[in-house]
Amino acid sequence: MKKRILTMICAVGVMALALTGCGKSNSGKNDSKELSGTLSLAGSTSMEKLCEAMSESFMDVYPGVTVTVEYTGSGAGLESLASGSVDIGNASRHLKDGELSAGSVENVVAIDGIAVITDKKNTVTDISSEDLAKIYRGEIRNWSELGGKEEAIVVIGREAGSGTRDAFEELLGVKDACAYAQELDSTGAVLAKVGSISGAIGYVSLDVVDDSVTAVSIDGIEPTEEKILAGKYLLSRPFVMATKGDLTGQNELVKAWFDYISSDAGKQVIKKVGLIIPE
Amino acid sequence: MNRKTMVEKTVKYVLTVCAVIAVAAVFSITVYMFLKGTTAFREIGIRELLFGTKWAPTAEEPSYGILYIILSSVVGTGAAVLIGVPIGLLTAVFFSEMAKGPMGGVVRSAVELLAAIPSVIYGLVGMMVLNPWMYRLEKAIYANDPTHRFTGGANLLAAVIVLAIMILPTVISVSTSSLKAVSVQLRQASLALGATKMQTIFKVVIPAAKSGILTGVVLGIGRALGEAMAINMVAGGAVNIPLPFHSVRTLTTQIVSEMGYAQGLHRQVLFTVGLVLYIFIMIVNFILLRVRKKEADRR
Repeated sequence: MKKRILTMICAVGVMALALTGCGKSNSGKNDSKELSGTLSLAGSTSMEKLCEAMSESFMDVYPGVTVTVEYTGSGAGLESLASGSVDIGNASRHLKDGELSAGSVENVVAIDGIAVITDKKNTVTDISSEDLAKIYRGEIRNWSELGGKEEAIVVIGREAGSGTRDAFEELLGVKDACAYAQELDSTGAVLAKVGSISGAIGYVSLDVVDDSVTAVSIDGIEPTEEKILAGKYLLSRPFVMATKGDLTGQNELVKAWFDYISSDAGKQVIKKVGLIIPE
Repeated sequence: MNRKTMVEKTVKYVLTVCAVIAVAAVFSITVYMFLKGTTAFREIGIRELLFGTKWAPTAEEPSYGILYIILSSVVGTGAAVLIGVPIGLLTAVFFSEMAKGPMGGVVRSAVELLAAIPSVIYGLVGMMVLNPWMYRLEKAIYANDPTHRFTGGANLLAAVIVLAIMILPTVISVSTSSLKAVSVQLRQASLALGATKMQTIFKVVIPAAKSGILTGVVLGIGRALGEAMAINMVAGGAVNIPLPFHSVRTLTTQIVSEMGYAQGLHRQVLFTVGLVLYIFIMIVNFILLRVRKKEADRR
């Protein structure tokens, strides 16, 4: 009986040794080849889709790295960057002078377009930015005023705090002057409502536009990738991943992150989430 | 200590712990809501917050007036109760006084099913069926009114209708049991005095079951006040004066739709909105306790 227990203890001990030995040699190998650690991002809520997809495929390539993204809003993200609590600050707009002078450097990783959508039966397919602002301020209330049929305009938008609403109102110059008939709390809801209410108008990210609605031209420029890249389409905004100091001065992790974004795999991800790759 | 007393003691402790969990939950929620909800008062001021009419939390000069939001909740709930309670009460009378055959069984299961339907389903049907109807109605009513702002059918009226249907099961089941509890002697006495069946129901049975019915009404108010999902889907969600064809936002939907992205003071105000809702619900429950106590005293 005693003998048996002794052999068992020995066996367990040998196995344990073997296991730890293996573990050590393995991790030693990995360290030299692959990165490990945590990469932290914080900022724009509008960039959630991009960040989730990008970090997921990034972590597939670098299993040792953990990417954490917090969606605190562009301003808050850049503040966290300036205070040094995150590696990258996400912003769905260009950096302001104050933020640039705080040492943050703007790296545009993608461009987002906002499409103005109407229901399928609407005959108005081109709206001037002036008229669009008037519609959203409640000064134009019928499509007949824009050469369409006699139909009331139902102005649909997003809730206060939404990144898309913020971008739309700012780009159009109607910040906090909008008179919404409906404020919905998701992109999908806006798309569904605009598609089902005759005379409705709304705004969504360009990539979600589908056959259920019409994306109208603004000032004669249709919302397409080419026009946005050429900087002609009014309602577009950059997705910025800001760093403290420029890219060459970053640590290995951050460099690997940006290298990945500009690689073919990274570009695939950007396209997959419906964004435009900057030139 | 023998086995029996051990078991007794253990059970006693387990029961006490369970009771403490519930009480602790209520207590901590109350404390949390008051702590979180009152910070915005200090920064904005009670008057501006509760009686301000402009809601623009993300503006350059933000404004945090939630009066229209409070009013929308109050008006929406009030109107839903005005529509739902008569229907519910009459259904309850039907159950307790008339429904004896298979017809009663069918209606009863329908009401039970109504109570079990998740609120998101109410919202979905409201959004796909009720809102288009509302828009047709809106177009017909405001056809020649150039100043009216068309909402596409998502308005207070749609929310009221959905809420009225949602409170029906509560009102019906509580009222039915209190009507049934009215003693047979009362009915027989009334009938013996020459009153018709209808006179007996409306002049004797309903007054006798008054406090039980009132309990149902108060529970219905609580349900309507606290409903978020269905209203969020049918009411349009813009902050406006609560008029039938205005898109409105209630206390509950205010929190649901803006909590996701709110920051700083905006977020704190949403907690205040939650506190206001919580206080309303506490008032409703307080009334409920009083009504129940009165009923108990009478018996």
